[in-house]
Amino acid sequence: MRHLLSCADLDLASTNALLDLAEEMQQVQSRSVKKLPALRGRTVVNIFFEDSTRTRTSFEIAGKWLSADTINVSAKGSSVSKGESLRDTMMTLDAMGVDAFVIRHASSGAAAQVASWVKAQVINAGDGQHEHPTQALLDAFSMRQHFRRIGAEGFAGKKVAIVGDVLHSRVARSNVLLQQILGSDVVLVAPPTLVPTGVNEWDCEVTGDFDTVLPEADIVMMLRVQRERMAGGFFPTEREYTERYGLTPERLAKMKPGAAICHPGPMNRGVEISSAAADAANSLVLEQVAAGVAIRMSVLYHLLGSEEGAIR
Amino acid sequence: MTPTTGNLLITGAKLADGTTTDLFIADGKLADPASAPAGTQRLDADGLLALPGLVDSHTHLRQPGREDAETVDTGTAAAARGGFTCVHAMANLTPVTDTAEAAEYVQSLGERDGHCEVRVVGAVTKGLGGEELSELGRMANSKAAVRVFSDDGKCVSDSLVMRRALTYVKSFNGVIAQHSQDPRLAGPNACCHESEWSGRLGLAGWPSQAESVIVARDVQLAELTDSRIHVCHVSTAESVEVIRWAKKRGIKVTTEVTPHHLLLDTPLVAGYDTTFKVNPPLRTSEHLEAVREALADGTIEMVGTDHAPHARQDKDHPFDVALPGMLGLEQALAVVMEVMVNTGRMDWPTLVERMSYAPARYSQTSTQGRPLAIGEPANITLVDPNARATVDAEASRSRSRNNPYHGRELPDPIVATIWRGRITYQR
Amino acid sequence: MADPATNTPTPQVSRVVADASEVARVLARMAHEILEANHGAENLLVLGIPTRGVHLARRLAKLIGDIEGHPVRLGELDITMYRDDLRANPTRNPARTSIPGSIDDAVVVLVDDVLYSGRTIGAAFDALRDLGRPKAVRLAVLVDRGHRELPISADTVGRTIQAATDERVSVLVSELDAADAITITRTGRA
Repeated sequence: MRHLLSCADLDLASTNALLDLAEEMQQVQSRSVKKLPALRGRTVVNIFFEDSTRTRTSFEIAGKWLSADTINVSAKGSSVSKGESLRDTMMTLDAMGVDAFVIRHASSGAAAQVASWVKAQVINAGDGQHEHPTQALLDAFSMRQHFRRIGAEGFAGKKVAIVGDVLHSRVARSNVLLQQILGSDVVLVAPPTLVPTGVNEWDCEVTGDFDTVLPEADIVMMLRVQRERMAGGFFPTEREYTERYGLTPERLAKMKPGAAICHPGPMNRGVEISSAAADAANSLVLEQVAAGVAIRMSVLYHLLGSEEGAIR
Repeated sequence: MTPTTGNLLITGAKLADGTTTDLFIADGKLADPASAPAGTQRLDADGLLALPGLVDSHTHLRQPGREDAETVDTGTAAAARGGFTCVHAMANLTPVTDTAEAAEYVQSLGERDGHCEVRVVGAVTKGLGGEELSELGRMANSKAAVRVFSDDGKCVSDSLVMRRALTYVKSFNGVIAQHSQDPRLAGPNACCHESEWSGRLGLAGWPSQAESVIVARDVQLAELTDSRIHVCHVSTAESVEVIRWAKKRGIKVTTEVTPHHLLLDTPLVAGYDTTFKVNPPLRTSEHLEAVREALADGTIEMVGTDHAPHARQDKDHPFDVALPGMLGLEQALAVVMEVMVNTGRMDWPTLVERMSYAPARYSQTSTQGRPLAIGEPANITLVDPNARATVDAEASRSRSRNNPYHGRELPDPIVATIWRGRITYQR
Repeated sequence: MADPATNTPTPQVSRVVADASEVARVLARMAHEILEANHGAENLLVLGIPTRGVHLARRLAKLIGDIEGHPVRLGELDITMYRDDLRANPTRNPARTSIPGSIDDAVVVLVDDVLYSGRTIGAAFDALRDLGRPKAVRLAVLVDRGHRELPISADTVGRTIQAATDERVSVLVSELDAADAITITRTGRA
C-alpha cells in the first residue's frame, strides 16, 4: 500500500497489522525516551487546508516520535486566495523532496487527487465529506481495547450504531467501511434528511429510530452535528434533534450492559451527547484521543518504514 | 483558414441514403458534376460517406473573455476537426452577449477567425443575472440576427422572468434555450449525479429531478405563452418523459442531448478526476439509456456538444471547486456513431437530421443543414465509417485539454470538412 | 536473527549439527556460565530478541532461576525499528517489546539464536539506549557462526560453527518448529 486514502484501501490483515502495531506504539508513549528511529531522514509534511488542531497535532507527534522530520503547513484558504490551484500548491511542495503528505482538506476527494499528482506518499487526514481513515482506525482500536476489557471476543457479531449526521460525515463513511472489514454489524441512525443517497447499497442497516437500536448496540458512536445544518433546514430545531437523536441521560440508562460510547470530537455537549454520556464510565472519548498518536505512528511506520511502502 | 478556394470534384461518395454520387463544388455551392471542367481538382471519396456539414446547437467559444481557454479561431478549428460547419456560440462570455453590440462583436469574430459559421446566441437576462431581460429584440435585429437566447451555465429560475422572456421573443420568432437546473435542488456545490456514487464519494448530489422540475415548468410556460422553448443538454429519464408529454400536447419544445450524456456515466467521477465534472452531471446507466432511446425516436431532436473548454488552472482544483464542463466538438460524431449508429439504434439519414438539419432549423440558419443537392451551399462532412483511433487529448485543435474521451478507443470518422466550398479540415 | 518464514529446513540440503538433547545440554552450560560471569543472578535481566531469541531467553531464565532458587527477570526486546536495513526491505511488523520494570542499573543479558554479522546486536544496543541505562550489557547466543561486520563478540556462546557464507545456520525451537535443533542448510548463494 502506497497511500492511505480510504478504508477501502485496507483488508482484514492490514487492519489488524495496523491495530497490533498501534498497541506496541502505545507502550512507547509510556517510555521516558519516546523516540523510535524508524523514520529517521524521512520528511513528512502535514498540510492542513482546514483547521484541525487535534488531528494535526497527533500526526505531528506521531511523526516526531518515529524520528521523521515533520513540517506543518497551514494552507487554509491560501492557495485559492492567491489564485493558485491545488495541483500547483502540492507540486511545489512535492518538488522539495517530501516523502509523505498528511493532507486535510474541506473538499471530498482532495487526498486522492493529490495522490494522483505527487511523487510523495499521501495519507488522508480527512477529505470533505468523504473519508477520515485514521479516525476510523483509532475508533476501532479503542473499541478493540474495550471489547478485551469486558472479555468479549473480537468484532464479529458486534452491533455498532453510528448516530447523527451521516450525510456530511467522513467519520461515518470510513467507519462503515472499516467495521465491515472487521466483521461487526453497523447500524446507521440518522434523521431522514441526513441519510446519504444510495445508503441501502452500503451493506449496513439504516434507521431513523434510535430508541429501538440503542438497547442492542455494543458501541454507540455519536457524530458531531454541525450547527450550520440546522440553518440548512435539515432538521427543525436543536431541541428536536436532541430529543430524537441525542444520547441523553435517559438513553444512557437504556444502553446494554458492557456497551460503550464513542465520539470523534469535538463534542457538542447538550446537543448530540449529554455531559452525563460524554463523561460516563463507559465513554471511550478520551481513550480515542489517546489512541490517535499510536494509530498514526502505526500508519506512518507501515507506509514509510520501507522504501517499498508495503503493508504486509 | 485553409485557403482552398478553387473548385473541387468529390468522386464516388456515398450519401446518407446509400446512393453514390459525385459532388462538384463551384463558388461555394454544389453544382452539376457534369459541368465540372476537365482538370478540376479531385478528391477521391470512394468508400466514404458525404454528409451535410454538421451543426452544433451548443458551443462555448470563450472569446471574448477567456482566450486562454479557447478562441473563436481554436474553437472553430476544433469544430472543423469534428466535421462541423456551424456552431452556436453561447452567451456566457465576458462581456456577456446581452446587447446587439456584443452580439455583433461575436459575429464579427466568427467572420474574421471562424473555420465554420458562428451563429450567436444571446443572453436571456442582463449579465445572466436571471432578473432583467437583455436587449432581446435589438439582438434579433442586429447583423447577428440572433434567434436563440440562453443564459446557459445558469438557469432562468424565476418563473415570471421565464414567462416574460418566452412571451417577448415570440414577436421575432425567437426561442429560449434553457439550462434546466433548479438552483435550490442542485445548488452551487452540487457536482455529481445524486446517486449511490455521490453518497459514497461524499460529493453534493444533483438529483435528476433538479432538471426535470424545470423542464416541466418551462414546457407549461411555453404552452401558456404559445412560444418556443428549447431544453439544453437533456440528461435524465424524467426530463425525457416530461418532453414526451409536452410534445403529445403540441407544445413547441425542442431538445438536445450532448455526446457525453449519451456515452459517459456517473462511475467515471469515482477517481475525482475533474475532467469528468460537468453540468448537468454524468448520469447513471438508466438515464443514459433513456436519452439514447429519446434521440433515436426523435423525442430529442438534436445533438448539441456543450463543448466547454477550460484552462488547466480552472480544472486543477478539488472536485467541488473545479469548473464544470468538457470538450465535445472533435469527438461528437464519433460518440454518436459509437452509441447510436454502430449499435443499430439509428441510421445515417436520422443522424443527419439530428446533427445537421434539426439544429439549423432550430436557429433558423438557412445556410446550414441543407441536403447535398445542386444549388445548395457546399457544406460537407466526409466520413470514413470504419476508421477508429484512440483519442489523445494533446492532439486536440482546441486550446484546452479537458477531453473526457482521452485514452478511449472510438470511431475516427472525419476525413474532411468543407465549409462554403473550402476545405477547413482534412486528415 | 533467523527469519521465521524460511527456518523450516528442506530435507535434501539441511543437516542437523545439534539435536534436542544437545541443545538442552548447551543451554544448561550457558546458564551456568552466565551466573558465573555475573557472580550470581542479582540484577540480572534476561532479554530475548524476537523471534527465536525470546524462546531461548525464556529457557535460560528458567534454568538460571532453578539454579538460584528464585525467578529471574525476563523480557523481550524488539529491534525492528532500529535495523539499519529497515528501508531496504518490505515493511516488517515489529514484534513486542516488554520489559519487566526498569532496565536502569540492571545487568542485561541479550539472548539471540545466531550471531552472524552483529548488526542485530548493534540495533539492540540502540534500542536499549532509548529504554534507559543498564549497568552492563552481556550477550548470550546459542550459535556463533563468525563473519562479523561489526566489532561485537558474545560473552556466552553455546556452539561455535564455522559455516560458509552460502550456508544458513538455523536454530529451531520446539515452540515454533518441529523440535529443538541446530541445522546447516546450503542455500547455494553467498
